[in-house]
Formats: sequence, C-alpha cells, structure tokens
Amino acid sequence: MSTTTEPKLAVRIVLATRSFKLDVAFEVPPGVTVLFGPSGSGKSRTLGCIAGIVRPDSGIITLGGDPWFDAARGRELPIHKRRVAYVFQSLALFPHMSAEDNVAYGIARTMPAADRRAHAHDMLGKMRVGHLAARKPHSFSGGEAQRVALARAFAMKPRVLLLDEPFSALDAGVKRELLVEVGEWLGREKIPAILVTHHAEEASVLGQHVVLLEKGRVVREAAIDDPTLSLPKIRAATK
Amino acid sequence: MNLGPLILSFEVATLATLLAAVIGIGVAALLANYRFFGRDLLDVIFTAPMVMPPTVLGYYVLVLLGRRSVIGHAFEALTGSSIVFTFVGAVVAATIGALPLVVKSVRAALEQTDPTLILAARTLGATRLRAFFSVQLPLATRGIAAALMLAFARAVGDFGVTLMVAGDIPGKTRTASLAIYNAIQAQREQEAMLMVVVLTTVCLALLYAVGKLTARRTEDR
Repeated sequence: MSTTTEPKLAVRIVLATRSFKLDVAFEVPPGVTVLFGPSGSGKSRTLGCIAGIVRPDSGIITLGGDPWFDAARGRELPIHKRRVAYVFQSLALFPHMSAEDNVAYGIARTMPAADRRAHAHDMLGKMRVGHLAARKPHSFSGGEAQRVALARAFAMKPRVLLLDEPFSALDAGVKRELLVEVGEWLGREKIPAILVTHHAEEASVLGQHVVLLEKGRVVREAAIDDPTLSLPKIRAATK
Repeated sequence: MNLGPLILSFEVATLATLLAAVIGIGVAALLANYRFFGRDLLDVIFTAPMVMPPTVLGYYVLVLLGRRSVIGHAFEALTGSSIVFTFVGAVVAATIGALPLVVKSVRAALEQTDPTLILAARTLGATRLRAFFSVQLPLATRGIAAALMLAFARAVGDFGVTLMVAGDIPGKTRTASLAIYNAIQAQREQEAMLMVVVLTTVCLALLYAVGKLTARRTEDR
C-alpha cells in the first residue's frame, strides 16, 4: 500500500468547553475506522472538527500531509473546501429538493449542470433508488432516505467519509445490505472513513480499526480482528 | 369619488414592501447567522421604528435625507428631484414602518431552519452564501411571505412619518391615510368611509393570510 495515493487522515485535537474536555489523537488510514464510545464521549465533536464545523482550541488535522487545521500556524481550511462527506444521524436531506437535486448539490460546480444531473441520476441508480430521483425526501422510507443520503455522500467524490450513526434507525436486514454496499464503495475509493456507532455488528461488518473514546480521550486503539478486542464487551462498557 | 389617494397608497406600499424586503432580509440574515460587534445595536436600530414616535423618526429622515443632507443632495443631483416631500419620500416613510416587521419575522423564520441542513450544505461544498440562498432561504419562504404581507399591511396605512417626510400634497403624497384625516377634518365623512373600509379590509385580509401561513408552518414541524 502506498501512502501517496491513499492518504491517511491524522487528527490531534484539543477542545475545552465549560463541562467537557476533548483531547484526542489518532490516525485514520484508508478504510473504515470505528469510533466507539458512550454518549458525551466526544465522538460527534471529533467528527465536527474534522469536517470543519467545530474549531478546536489547538491541534493539527492533516490529510496525507495536506493541512486542514493547524492551530499553531493559524491555518484553517474552510468547511466547503475540505470535501468531507458527512452523513448525519438525521441524514440532513434537503426537504425542498428532489433526490436528484440533493445528490447533484455536492457535485463540483465546475461540471456542467446537465452532467451533474446525469451523474446524480447514475449514483441514485447505483444505490438502487433511481426511481426516487424526482421525489422529495418526505415520501422516502427510512432505508430509501439512507440510500439517497449515501448516494449524495458518494457523488461528491469525497476525500474523507464521516458516518455519524446513520444506520441506527434501520432494521437489521436493510442495515446489513447497506453496510456491505458502503464497504464495497470504500474498497474501490480507498479513502479514510470514520463510522460512529454503538453497535458491535456495524463495527464488525464495516470496520477495520477501532478507536475507543471515553470522556473525551482515546482509551484504546486496535485492529478489528485483534483477538484481545471484544466488541460486545466494548459495547457493554460504553453503555 | 376620488380614488387617487387609495391608488397612491397601494403604489407606495408595494414599492415600500419591495424595499423593506431587500434591506430587511439582508439585515435579518446578518442577525440570524453571524456574531459580530454591534449586532445588538443593529437589532435595536431596526426594531426602533416599532416604538419610536413617528415625529422623531420623521425628524431623523429629514436630517438624513433632506435636501441639505449628503444623501439628499446627491439624490437631487442625480435625479433632479428631492427625496423629501415627493413620492420617493412617501415610499421611504412607509419602508421605515415596514422594516422592523420584516427584520423580526424573517429573522425568526431563518433561525427556525434546522442548522444541520445548513452544515450539510457546507460540507457538500457550498459557500456560506450559496448555503443561504439554496437551503436556508427557500426553507423560510413561508415565513418570509408572511413577513412581507405584514410589511405591506403596515406600509399601506402609514400616517405620521409620511406626513413628516412627504408632507400632504394632494395628488403627489396624499396617501389614503392622509386623505382620511383631511376628509374627517373637512367633515366629508362619506369620502373618508370608503377609504376606511378599503384599508380595513386589506389589513384584515392580510392578517388572516399571515395567520394561515404561520399556522401551517407550525403544523409542519
């Protein structure tokens, strides 16, 4: 594996609020890193810092040596220039736009409008929701909305993929199907991805590495197949 | 029956609503989305016309836009006509009354947009401006429509500031509100009655529509 073609995301963040201190450092190689931890352990805030939504007090965030944030040098790449696909727990599909417009929204505007639409349509088809192209999100089922949200994330050709518990509301069958599809897509794109989840199954289907957070700190890092790592135990410990 | 004042009132109110929309939506967007020095002061300035005496407001407009002011002088040099005591003055007066309603209601509508949607737009590559125009503003359309109706209802009936800034020139700046006052003073109650009925109907109809619009917005949530 060459690191020049498959850049690694490196995160070192310190962020203090009145009630909470986040102080984490970890690396995300291409593939899926699972961020495990109880509510309030700082998972979403960590994702927010990577996406550029939250500004850390100090630290460095780089992607393959490209600095996104460097407190010491006063560098900060704005949110819209990071090309981070962030799949929110609520999915955040734009309710006033069709599925196609939602997906086309993130495609680089250097591409002619007709090509953007065609690309969006194509991506919806790949996610097996091509028939929803003209419809608006309020008419989608949970699984459909999920597929449209993933199509939107994939279509923008992201450099990093962030999944903030987006599968939590799905039933087991749909969830497994989607996890496999996300895994296949990541296998082709070879970009760093972070999955925030409470579920051992999601972690084991999709994840390659695990970073365990507790009270704003990294308490353990391991490969998913590390025999000393027991996910159900982690899950229990995080509840 | 002289319909001139009513027609003039509607012309003035239409232009004032457009002007208040452009300025008011801009100010509301600043107040809703940015933290900056002087933000509270800006909020106070754009709320003040709701509570300040019309004579005081009128005085400020005369000072700021009168023939001897920089703006007034420049306007006159460009157009050959002054701002005060003209149709333009009447539009400015009505705009001042309408602005607080636009700023307050539009700001509330913008602040109701789910912030995650705006962040999603940003992560998808949108600049702040694009996220505003493509996500936040369209999602607030109903609130904005309600705000503009309120603004129109307020603008169509302005009296005090109009009198101070535009005067009461028949055929030029005598809007329906001023004409009603004149008709009552001259004991031409019949003449006043028609305008009273029209203005009342317009205002009640607009308020009803605003109520419908905002009620549906709450149900959607």
